[in-house]
Amino acid sequence: MKFTKLMTSVAVAAGLFTGPAAAEDMRIALVVKALGIGFFEAAAEGAEEAAKELGGVEIIYTGPTDTTAEGQIEVINSLIAQRVDAIAVSANDTDALVPTLKKAMQRGITVISWDSGVAEAGRQAHLNPSSNALIGNMIIKLAADHLPDGGEVAVLSATTTSTNQNIWIDEMNKVMGNYPGIEVVSTVYGDDLADKSYREATGLMQSHPELDAIIAPTSVGIVAAAQAVADAGKIGQVNVTGLGLPSEMAGAIESGASKSFAIWNPIDLGYSATMLAHQLATEAATAEPGAEISIGRMGAITLDETNSAAMADPFVYDASNIDAFKSIF
Amino acid sequence: MSHADTQTRHVPDRLRPSLYAHLVGWESLLLAVAVAVFVFNAFASPYFLDAWNLSDATFNFTEKAMIAFAMAMLIIAGEIDLSVASIIALSSTVMGLAMQMGAGTPVLVLVGLTTGLLCGAFNGALVTRLGLPSIVVTIGTMSLFRGVSYIILGDGAFTRYPASFAWFGQGYAFWVISVEFVIFVLLAIFFGILLHKTNFGRMVYAIGNNATGALFSGIRVDRVKFVLFLMTGLMSGLAAVCLTSRLGSTRPSIASGMELEIVTMVVLGGINILGGSGSIPGVVIAAFVMGLVTFGLGLLNVPGIVMSIFIGLLLIGVIALPRLWAIWRKRTV
Repeated sequence: MKFTKLMTSVAVAAGLFTGPAAAEDMRIALVVKALGIGFFEAAAEGAEEAAKELGGVEIIYTGPTDTTAEGQIEVINSLIAQRVDAIAVSANDTDALVPTLKKAMQRGITVISWDSGVAEAGRQAHLNPSSNALIGNMIIKLAADHLPDGGEVAVLSATTTSTNQNIWIDEMNKVMGNYPGIEVVSTVYGDDLADKSYREATGLMQSHPELDAIIAPTSVGIVAAAQAVADAGKIGQVNVTGLGLPSEMAGAIESGASKSFAIWNPIDLGYSATMLAHQLATEAATAEPGAEISIGRMGAITLDETNSAAMADPFVYDASNIDAFKSIF
Repeated sequence: MSHADTQTRHVPDRLRPSLYAHLVGWESLLLAVAVAVFVFNAFASPYFLDAWNLSDATFNFTEKAMIAFAMAMLIIAGEIDLSVASIIALSSTVMGLAMQMGAGTPVLVLVGLTTGLLCGAFNGALVTRLGLPSIVVTIGTMSLFRGVSYIILGDGAFTRYPASFAWFGQGYAFWVISVEFVIFVLLAIFFGILLHKTNFGRMVYAIGNNATGALFSGIRVDRVKFVLFLMTGLMSGLAAVCLTSRLGSTRPSIASGMELEIVTMVVLGGINILGGSGSIPGVVIAAFVMGLVTFGLGLLNVPGIVMSIFIGLLLIGVIALPRLWAIWRKRTV
């Protein structure tokens, strides 16, 4: 697949170019941090899916060779020159892209950011993969789903000062009332170090023999906790869940140390970014605070006062879909 | 440089006089490549022949070319500076600090240029005073300068540059001619005269061909080299002003990897990487070739990886062709 793509590009470069695609097509450029990253290749797949669903849309999947703002600016300049209809960018730098993207908007191009945002002045809307409240709810729901009769859970976080994790745990605590019978017995910190997280997880199982689940809202902690559970011979007894990467968690899902975990789905993200860009470029929707915009099969999003929106709940990965995603990211 | 004898002595600016015609051939070859790339682009993309698009395209090379001119002279003198991109990072960071202390645009520019100059002086002192090889020194300072930026900024950024500061990187002198492009043209003329029409330029060639011989001819080799490092530092500071102004922000990763693109531009321009020969017009054409190739391929949405392959092939091709030509002619004669 990659090789064919490369060969096509070489062919194009060699002068076998046949002219731009049908001019009536709407061209949406998906600009990523760098080419050759599994996460973004998957997002491009989602974008193609959206294009097929919409019809008459051509996706230009592009980005620099390495994750630099200068590289992205060169790419965006060439997109402006081609007068594409919309640019959806996952930015390498919040601020450095602003002057170039402003120029794009002045020339009538719809600009949105997704995944990694651009400062407000440089885009019309921003699409976050999820929101803090949705993540906080998801991590406790993942544990509760496998504990119909309630039980003891513990949290293995990153550091005491990790902003993201602290917000998510706060949000989780807010919705604890919705999960009766579930009790958080302890919160420990593995500092996002594999060995410390492993020791903390082991310690949790020793001090709470009745422990039913460990929630690790960090990709380092969740892997270490799964390993600790497997090594303690407690697979089936203690369920490890939280936020992790499919490539790193495939083993834990296979062994049963983790029944399920969550993280954003890059395919959905690419799909939604394309849908949002299309909605704004066709003027079917306007980017303004409070606007509700439909993003196809992903439902609808609502823009907040900074014109940002959250796409959806984090996507749940378990034995049924892990194989498809573990090679992606 | 008050050595009267250097004014009358003829110091050849090429390795061997017989190579003269050859090198003229190089520049014509490059020019032919530039024209070919231009024509190809014009046919391949309907968006290429547009004044504003071409103007945007110049930003792909103007900042790099500013440094490439000074780098060309440094390489002709047999030295190299691989820390230039890191000097940009440090200059930009120091400008950011000055901006936070409330400095206005003129002060910011002065701070950026001075930081570049000091970095160049540091490199130059290590090479000329301590006699260290420049490639080792500048690989060291490459990490050092950028490291300092990382310490100052961490994962943060300086953003609130004054509006008037944007003039350097985003402003236009007239119509589609950007301020950066004007600076590029002025510097091309300046360095062209400096290298090809002054005693200083002659000395640079002499040092590159035979540093010991140059020393015994009364050329203060270390002083000339020090001045070249100063100029490279100063040009890096200038590029930092332009790039920071264009991005409107500073992050420690700014301009990362740019040093190799600059060296590529210099070598593509026909400067002998071992020192002793080359010309500024060659570098000017090479800047255009690289800018046109990356922009043209960008218009066709060719991925950057393929673009790097293309630049690599171009570099090897342009360097190998004259050699192959020479071998072929020897055989047929």
